[in-house]
Amino acid sequence: MTSRRIRIDVPALTRVEGEGSLRLEVRDGQLVELGLSIFEPPRYFEKFLEGREAKEVVDIVARICGICPVAYQMSALNALESLSAQMASPWVQQMRRVFYCGEWLQSHALHIHLLALPDFLGFDSAISMAGQHPDEVKRGLKLQGQGNALIRLFGGRSVHPVGARLGGFHHAPAPEEVAALVAKLQAAQQDARELTRFCAALPLPDDPQAFTCVALHHPDRYAIESGEIRTSTGLSLSADQFEQHFHETHKPDSTALWSDLDGQPYLTGPLARLNINHSQLPDFLQTRLSEIGLTLPSDNMFHSLIARALEIELVLHEAIRLLEEYEYPASPYTALSLEPGTGCGMSEAPRGLLWHRYELDKKGLIKSARIVPPTSQNQARIEADLHRSLTAFGLDHDEEALRLRAEQVIRNYDPCISCATHFLTLERVET
Amino acid sequence: MNSPMTDPADKPRIAVHKFSSCDGCQLAFLNLGEALLQLNAQVEILHFLEAGMSDADAPVDIAFVEGSLSTPDELERIRQVRAHSRYLVTIGACATSGGLQALRNLDGSHDEWRDAIYARPEFIHTLKEVQPIAAEVKVDLELWGCPISSAQVLAAVRALLFGVVPVDDRDRVCLECKRQQAVCVMVTQGAPCMGPVTRTGCGALCPRFGRDCYGCYGPSETAQADTLARRFAGLGLLPDAIARRFLLINSQAPAFLHTGQVFYRSSTQDQPAGDQDD
Repeated sequence: MTSRRIRIDVPALTRVEGEGSLRLEVRDGQLVELGLSIFEPPRYFEKFLEGREAKEVVDIVARICGICPVAYQMSALNALESLSAQMASPWVQQMRRVFYCGEWLQSHALHIHLLALPDFLGFDSAISMAGQHPDEVKRGLKLQGQGNALIRLFGGRSVHPVGARLGGFHHAPAPEEVAALVAKLQAAQQDARELTRFCAALPLPDDPQAFTCVALHHPDRYAIESGEIRTSTGLSLSADQFEQHFHETHKPDSTALWSDLDGQPYLTGPLARLNINHSQLPDFLQTRLSEIGLTLPSDNMFHSLIARALEIELVLHEAIRLLEEYEYPASPYTALSLEPGTGCGMSEAPRGLLWHRYELDKKGLIKSARIVPPTSQNQARIEADLHRSLTAFGLDHDEEALRLRAEQVIRNYDPCISCATHFLTLERVET
Repeated sequence: MNSPMTDPADKPRIAVHKFSSCDGCQLAFLNLGEALLQLNAQVEILHFLEAGMSDADAPVDIAFVEGSLSTPDELERIRQVRAHSRYLVTIGACATSGGLQALRNLDGSHDEWRDAIYARPEFIHTLKEVQPIAAEVKVDLELWGCPISSAQVLAAVRALLFGVVPVDDRDRVCLECKRQQAVCVMVTQGAPCMGPVTRTGCGALCPRFGRDCYGCYGPSETAQADTLARRFAGLGLLPDAIARRFLLINSQAPAFLHTGQVFYRSSTQDQPAGDQDD
């Protein structure tokens, strides 16, 4: 038998947030090695949070990720505020949901248009895609802009917003500012509707596979800013119980920690959320599901693209619903006193479950912190998916086709490697 | 910087590189909306991984660099970026002053931190200290801020395209706050606002939102950090709390580092502030 050795060396995987590397080895038509490595130069956030005041945490953790700072702020606040006997006011709870809707809208629109769609339409980037698909690209950038505007309403700026604080917000927007934005969001609903139809009409691969879904669930609403963990294996867990079932391990050649649920890989993110919470979608989205012919739960990871489009429609609807009843509050925050102890909290970042734990000492300083971002939770799942999908796709495909399929599979998870940092290089070795 | 950078017939070439960072400053490009497409009509973007362009070694007129240097590999990579670029512009606090992650430089505890987080620390290759880009290569223009804004990026591109020196506005947030007629949070709330020593560029966002500035744009010109620190003491802040104000996002910027360290030492070693050999 002729022995041959082929190596594909892509200097960097584009259109993901961060840098990672992938090594593939095919021998006798079999995938014998597959390793996804993430080289996030560690930034040690958990360590330098130690010794900081509780009130500083929101401004620090935002800097873990430029694309989902609101998620970090909200999970941190949920964890810290669990150490108070008081609760944030109903106004604060509602406006946090609105603030978070802005981040989902911005992040999902960015992902669909700038990161994922070029794969399906045959371009290297959204910018080159704009030549032939100007309306679709502009529509996407406009939706992304509306998300940023919603974050700015409560945060002042969309990247590392400054408005959130313990007990609420530093600032409440003026009613006329709110009304002006609501009008724009209402106008954007048509764009969002067309986006869902557009995504659903794409020739997405039909690639069924079995996986466990993990998402927050809230009894009254589609969980975004709060809720309890639900798994497709039937578990229901509070934030305090997270560490009993979810574990992180450190693999050689990677600076990210890998998570498992009772020893098994699992999915977190938009498709997991829809699979678990789809019955809570408002009526117009139930109609949309039948219109586009999407049956939930779905076992096709490529439906993640449609899931993001549906969640864009959802958050526009939610933000409009809550802001239409906007009332200027007596105070935008409640002054909370925190007790020493350990507080756990979580929320649904655009990319999935984001869990935080803080230990607060008697002086009100952080004694220890632990943060589990969605991307490290999805890593084991991404690797299992790659293994299965590439084999199902056919390892006899040429290198370019294999690389593109591998990248599409990875992008389905919208990995945010800047909650770390990465560099994805595909190395395929055939012997 | 007094001649246009390329033949007007050619579109200037730019690259966006990422080092240790949160990706937030690259969003100054990706959040431009339709202006991103217009920018692409004026310049040729050769390397910008998140946007889909990958050609790290292409010669460019302007290289925008996000992130700090925290691994040996990043030191080598920034030398290559410098070699391939006519102008190198740092974007954001990480690239310009080391950023938030440079907090680990303060007490030299990197090895201990690494060992606490990673079960297999032998696989983690990081530098003992986080460094800004200018510690390793020549930087032509620094854009401060955590994050920088789209307006800063566009102003820099335009100035460089026209061959003029970009305006480096080192004014204080405090003055911008007055121009915006915001209510002073230090006077009315006794809040330890960093506005008097912080560089403008954000539009006095925090005071306008009724809160104290936390210095994310780094030191302003002639920043009187020691004077402000004494004012904070007058507001009732203890030395460790004063140190935390200066040692946050731009802890390695000299004006903040010096004042922060004096108070940091006095709080950890229980000695009077300033009674130290530097």
